[in-house]
Amino acid sequence: MATFNLNINGKKQQVDVDPATPMLWVLREHLNLVGTKYGCGIAQCGACTIHLGDVAMRSCQLTVSQVGNQPITTIEGLSENGDHPVQKAWLEHDVAQCGYCQAGQIMNAAALLKANPNPSDAEIEAAMHGNICRCGTYTRIKTAIKTAAG
Amino acid sequence: MALIKTSYGRRSFLKTSALAGGGMMLGFSWLATACESNQEETLTMPKEWFELNGFLKIGENGVVTIQSPNPEIGQNVKTSMPMIVAEELDIDWKNVIVEQAPLNTALFVRQLAGGSQSIRQGWTGLRMAGATARHMLKEAAAQAWQVPVDEVTTEAGVLHHKNSGKSAGYGEMASAAAKIAVPEEVKLKEVKDFKIIGTSRKNVDGPKIVTGQPLFGLDYKREGMLIAMIVHPPAFGMKLKSVDDSAARAMPGIKDVFTINTYNEDYGRQWCDTDAFNELVVVAGNTTWEVMNAKKALKIEWEAAPEQNIAVAGFTGESKDVKIPAGLENTSDHVAKMAEMGAKLAKVVRRDGDPETAFKNAAQVIERSYTAPFLAHSTMEPMNFFAHVTADKAELVGPIQTPEFMEKSVAARLGMPVEKIDIQMTRQGGGFGRRLYGHFVVEAAVISQKMNAPIKLVYTREDDITFGNYRPAYHATYRAAFDANKNLIAFHVRAGGIPESPLAANRFPAGALDNYLAEDWAVESNISVGAFRAPRSNFIAGAEQAFLDEVAEVMGKDPIAFRLELLDRAAKKPVGTENDYEAARYAGVLELVREKSGWGKDQKGVHRGVSAYFCHNSYVAQVIDLVLEDGKPIVQKVHCAVDCGILVNPIAAINLSEGGIVDGIGHAMYSAMTFKNGTPEQTNFDKYRLIRHSEAPKAIEVHFVKNEIDPTGLGEPVNPPIIGALANALYKATGKRVYDQPFQAISQVLG
Repeated sequence: MATFNLNINGKKQQVDVDPATPMLWVLREHLNLVGTKYGCGIAQCGACTIHLGDVAMRSCQLTVSQVGNQPITTIEGLSENGDHPVQKAWLEHDVAQCGYCQAGQIMNAAALLKANPNPSDAEIEAAMHGNICRCGTYTRIKTAIKTAAG
Repeated sequence: MALIKTSYGRRSFLKTSALAGGGMMLGFSWLATACESNQEETLTMPKEWFELNGFLKIGENGVVTIQSPNPEIGQNVKTSMPMIVAEELDIDWKNVIVEQAPLNTALFVRQLAGGSQSIRQGWTGLRMAGATARHMLKEAAAQAWQVPVDEVTTEAGVLHHKNSGKSAGYGEMASAAAKIAVPEEVKLKEVKDFKIIGTSRKNVDGPKIVTGQPLFGLDYKREGMLIAMIVHPPAFGMKLKSVDDSAARAMPGIKDVFTINTYNEDYGRQWCDTDAFNELVVVAGNTTWEVMNAKKALKIEWEAAPEQNIAVAGFTGESKDVKIPAGLENTSDHVAKMAEMGAKLAKVVRRDGDPETAFKNAAQVIERSYTAPFLAHSTMEPMNFFAHVTADKAELVGPIQTPEFMEKSVAARLGMPVEKIDIQMTRQGGGFGRRLYGHFVVEAAVISQKMNAPIKLVYTREDDITFGNYRPAYHATYRAAFDANKNLIAFHVRAGGIPESPLAANRFPAGALDNYLAEDWAVESNISVGAFRAPRSNFIAGAEQAFLDEVAEVMGKDPIAFRLELLDRAAKKPVGTENDYEAARYAGVLELVREKSGWGKDQKGVHRGVSAYFCHNSYVAQVIDLVLEDGKPIVQKVHCAVDCGILVNPIAAINLSEGGIVDGIGHAMYSAMTFKNGTPEQTNFDKYRLIRHSEAPKAIEVHFVKNEIDPTGLGEPVNPPIIGALANALYKATGKRVYDQPFQAISQVLG
């Protein structure tokens, strides 16, 4: 066990955990931020996507000891009132079916748009490749990303 | 239908007294907090609620809470079912709060997500709930205003009396209405007067989904809750021999390691109790990460499991013995066995005319065989459940498609009366049939009882994939006989699988052919299977529709025109009386997709395949436009026509149809569960392939037949036919027919 000082969604948080604990479980079970989802645990599905700085990361593969001073943003902190352009676009297109993967999809899409505000279809497909949606909302996700891009 | 007797489902309308202080009669705090709709945030909560029946309560300020009775697995019933209540109540949707109802078999009918039946079987009861409450409000207004009740009208939550000019909001009359007797019969709206049904209403949980609020079973938390995980045998056909848990017990955060038997040996199983591994090792501790690590430190010996015969009660209650053979099975043996079974006479299920003679005398016969592998449901949210079992009751919370059935399983296992078992449903991260089989609910209850603590059972992705109730492996052989003029004179299907047949002998083209033969067969296996989105249809539709494409080709006919000819025959002069489809509605979706896709107008480089199927009470036809980019097949567009009767919520219906299409293409192209010595060769999404963004169709257009037929479901029927359309389009693009799923091998050939 070790103590870690983390910067999550703009707030300082302290946790006392095994240094090898993935951020996924630190967020979900120690900080009660359950929007970040467990899907596969091996960075193959994208359900656990968070931002480390501005970069989309699979939190199941990021240990708490690797974070250091870098700020973390989760779906709960993407916007204050749920009004990030990507969140608004998701609601406008009523994207979700079961909804389980969508936090990861949204976080990945938000990071994509930050790095590339006007992605082509091919760029969207490439950037979103690591995020699985078992319900098959892919066409809606693409449309929503284009709406969010404006 | 204008007037209906409320005696139907009468127990749903047991009166209760007015509820004070906005208190909830049903549900408990976490679910009430987590599952209320988004509207709550913008609506002012009333000071007092008045319950008019088990489905709804009205606040003094006119806000209405509607209970959504059925499990929500992504099919959007949590929005669509309350819409039906709201329609007949005649309320403004903006004033509606939706809550997930708890399991309550005394109040609600068929709280089950499966078979695309929620809307179909819920339809009348939901309408009646709204209409009854509306009538009671009208009675209350009539009494208050001293006017005949027939002169009271409603509009969007407001009661009016034209002659006196009086009006009042529902909230003002709710208190009095709650004291009115439930009417013996009520008037339902005419379809033409619908204001909510048929209009698009967004997912009531949408805002919570996009902001990551707790909604799912895995998000559930209770003070003092422990995390439990299971270890099951690594191979089908094996069982536990011994456990050395000394290292695991010493690890940080671990509370206990023990073994459980999920079901007792003498227990008469229900159909939804399927579990391949009954004796499990359990690790319980403080956090998921700690328990995951401790699992890896267990030293376990496994041994061969003996043959078993288990009595299982089917969906309608009849019991039958299911033989689970011993041994370690291999996919390569399955493939060989299926080919062998497909080559010999099986059990004749239907015979029309004299197919044997017709085949003997035919000028030409074509024969084709189709196969598909086992599939894992792979819901994005792995199996999990919360349980808190104490001496006198069991509280269970989580994602389950069959709460009503699993309540009985848990009661039997704990030796408690069913009234002491309380199951609450969370939103579910996918179902697809996997959550019909709730062994994990029973496991959670047994673990909580043993630990004497609240626990959440969590499956890892690997547990979830390797402890499946898989889609069976299937095989179908089709034969068609032609005379010298290329007329189709006989049709033969022989279908089977491991361990069940996908045959639906009375479906199209049965009924359209004078000489027809259908046989089925099955081979026992110890690999556990279960319903998987559109069971059986998810294979046989694609095989049949691909074969019909070849038949049309031999006859030199357009594939849509050919199907319509057969359907015309089935409508006008059907063969047999057991045909399981309405030919006119079947033809209707084909005609609609022909029109909407511009069928017959060739576009350069675009290769088209068509397919149509009827299952789960709805009719679907699809056309795929496929292009080749660098030799790789890309689905450019899917045109889809659906007849599911009255459309309740278009935006959700289109979304669900798109999902069914993407899912069908994905599994047909990429997915397979294979086994070596009983061991699953795929354990996670690195090797178990699901369709990804770039592989989805670039565009999907969904069209609905407009009619006033009572609505049928959409979770399943859109899924099966797309596999046939895909196979037919791949043939047009490549000149090669594909017979064996997954079809992705074709990409490798072309690439």
